[in-house]
Amino acid sequence: MAKPASNRAMVTRLVVIVVGMFGFGFALVPLYDVFCNITGINGKTNASAAVYTAKEIDRSRQVTVEFLTRTHTGMPWEFRANTKRIKVHPGEMATVNFYVRNPMRKDFVAQAIPSVSPGEAALFLNKTECFCFNQQPLAGGGEATMPMSFYVDPQIPEDMTYFTVQYTLFDVTARADSLDDTDNPFLNRTGRSD
Amino acid sequence: MSKATEISSHDAGATAAHEDHHEHHIPKGVMRWILTTNHKDIGTLYLWFSFIMFLTGGAMAMVIRAELFQPGLQIVEPDFFNQMTTVHGLIMVFGAVMPAFVGLANWLIPMMIGAPDMALPRMNNWSFWILPFAFAILLASLFTEGGGPNFGWTFYAPLSTTYSNDSTALFVFSVHIMGISSIMGAINVIVTIFNMRAPGMNWMKMPLFVWTWLITAFLLIAVMPVLAGAVTMVLTDKFFGTSFFDAAGGGDPVMFQHIFWFFGHPEVYIMILPAFGIISHIVPTFARKPLFGYASMVYATASIALLSFIVWAHHMFTTGMPVYMEMFFMFATMLISVPTGVKVFNWVATMWRGSMTFEVPMLFALAFIVLFTIGGLSGLMLAITPVDFQYHDTYFVVAHFHYVLVSGAIFSIMAAVYYWLPKWTGRMFNIGLAKTHFWCSLISVNVLFFPMHFVGLAGMPRRIPDYSLQFADYNQWISIGGFAFGLSQLIFLAVVIQACRKQGEPVSDRVWEGANGLEWEIPSPAPYHTFETPPVVK
Ligand code: HEM
Ligand SMILES: [Cu+2]
Repeated sequence: MAKPASNRAMVTRLVVIVVGMFGFGFALVPLYDVFCNITGINGKTNASAAVYTAKEIDRSRQVTVEFLTRTHTGMPWEFRANTKRIKVHPGEMATVNFYVRNPMRKDFVAQAIPSVSPGEAALFLNKTECFCFNQQPLAGGGEATMPMSFYVDPQIPEDMTYFTVQYTLFDVTARADSLDDTDNPFLNRTGRSD
Repeated sequence: MSKATEISSHDAGATAAHEDHHEHHIPKGVMRWILTTNHKDIGTLYLWFSFIMFLTGGAMAMVIRAELFQPGLQIVEPDFFNQMTTVHGLIMVFGAVMPAFVGLANWLIPMMIGAPDMALPRMNNWSFWILPFAFAILLASLFTEGGGPNFGWTFYAPLSTTYSNDSTALFVFSVHIMGISSIMGAINVIVTIFNMRAPGMNWMKMPLFVWTWLITAFLLIAVMPVLAGAVTMVLTDKFFGTSFFDAAGGGDPVMFQHIFWFFGHPEVYIMILPAFGIISHIVPTFARKPLFGYASMVYATASIALLSFIVWAHHMFTTGMPVYMEMFFMFATMLISVPTGVKVFNWVATMWRGSMTFEVPMLFALAFIVLFTIGGLSGLMLAITPVDFQYHDTYFVVAHFHYVLVSGAIFSIMAAVYYWLPKWTGRMFNIGLAKTHFWCSLISVNVLFFPMHFVGLAGMPRRIPDYSLQFADYNQWISIGGFAFGLSQLIFLAVVIQACRKQGEPVSDRVWEGANGLEWEIPSPAPYHTFETPPVVK
């Protein structure tokens, strides 16, 4: 049966909407990231190094930053924060260290994912150096101390006096960028030499 | 709009002439059903398919309720229990409720707007016939090694990605097919309504079932593709190494919930708007008064549909959103109950001082109005963010959505079947048996779902095969209600089979004294071809 021309035009338009909405579903992925970056609602922090730009340190108040660590299901590493809690003046640089140990015989590559809560605080946490910016390889039996340097933006609201940064360590060995990436300072620093 | 109407009457004439040429005889046997492009045949196919799925999904619910009859694990393994809750949900949503509404749309929309058929009959055939394959694949996945999907109908990542088994590919594939089917159905409905209305059938004369379906069809083409996108992302995360929802690779599992519920909330309205249309036909018929507030019904439906896009995160209050977002979604959700309230008000106002009689369709419609409102009220309770932290993921939510979906959507479908069945078959169904079906269903549905509010408030989690002892008595009642409700539906089956076998008194063209609309002007049973020359609507 020949379709009347007006039907065909209408079907075409509707199919365009359908295809557009299918695309929109995928567009939600970058949109979500942009939205969260602006509002900080999902507690994600900057994924690459920030530059220290604070002109002055606000000595009139302090913010407590707490560090939590956990390993994802199936990730056998030991992972802990050497500094559990630190008080900093907004604008002041601070460095904290994290300890990792690979208790297995096998080499692993890990990726740490930070999450800040309450989420809005993520907007004011600026990391100038972080082990979470790169994948971290560690040879079997190896251990390492990983630094993280940050400052709290002096713009942080007065009532935000305490927030938590949680790092989750994922095993990404299977999809690691490259296991023998010798540029990486963490590789083979302490091998299974014994 | 007048120009569009002119064109449409022209098209309708042309299509009718064409159809006539091709089909002088109704083909016989199985091939009639496989090759049919007739809207009435396809409507019948959809309705029977939906009923078979309703019984299949119902059988799974019986497994769930048998396991929950007593605390402890006695009948099935927890993993199989989870497969039952998952597939029960998927089948009821995509296999029972949605195809039933599409079947009703096929039967009724052309007859209500004076068109000879749907605008795209071939596509109509396809959109039905791919459905059985979708569900065959889904059901077959239950028999694969490791079993079928067990992550809930909402297939949250990482349950459906990291922790699922390989049959997830079958699940994804079958959801894709279901999505394609409903998108094709929706396109057909939209084109039919835009282009095939009889002369004089202008927008504000359109019957409400047609209006609500038009709006539903737009919701479908807006959100089904998003669902298709979500399952595709699950597929690639699981099998092709992407990390849309995997934090280790830069993704975010919470984003899954945003994408899913962006589809999911409009989806629940897809399952209720056509029901609003049905009730708006039945209540005036048996109150013998025109519908109160026709225009406000149309605007209320449209506003519900628009608002349904900005409330999705009420399913995610406990995911740790900032307070201002919780507030936004709380108030937006509560706003939806305003147009919903308008509808309930209009139905009640239609009955006010009407000459009411209580035929079977009216009984179901009245039960719908009361029980759906109960479901709406528990929805309102869930919308209050601070208390949702207590109610979320408990049986209270299960009670809420079964009140709106079973005693809401499904009761409206049964009301519609009883209302239009005599028009379809030309015979009055067995009224005594139908009333028995109504009373059995009404009582058992409440025994089944009302106590779920109590166990939910007391803290019984959903989707768990075992529970603490203090919930035992209520669960026993719930299970008894469940078995009774399931068995009652066999009465419905008997009534429908009798009617299809042409048992019962022949009915007049109008069937019900107070019925109004084009579908009641044609003979009973409705001939294979109707409105080949378009009627003139005054
Ligand atoms: C006044 C109108 C309504 C309001 C305010 C409302 C509100 C809500 C809220 C807040 C939830 C989430 C509860 C939680 O998970 O903690 C929910 C769940 C649900 N609602 Fe509604 N709702 C309404 C009407 C409807 C209608 C008309 C339907 C379907 C026809 C529906 C179907 C569902 C379903 C299926 C779920 C559960 C989804 C799942 O988690 O599996 N609701 N509702
Ligand atoms: Cu919702």
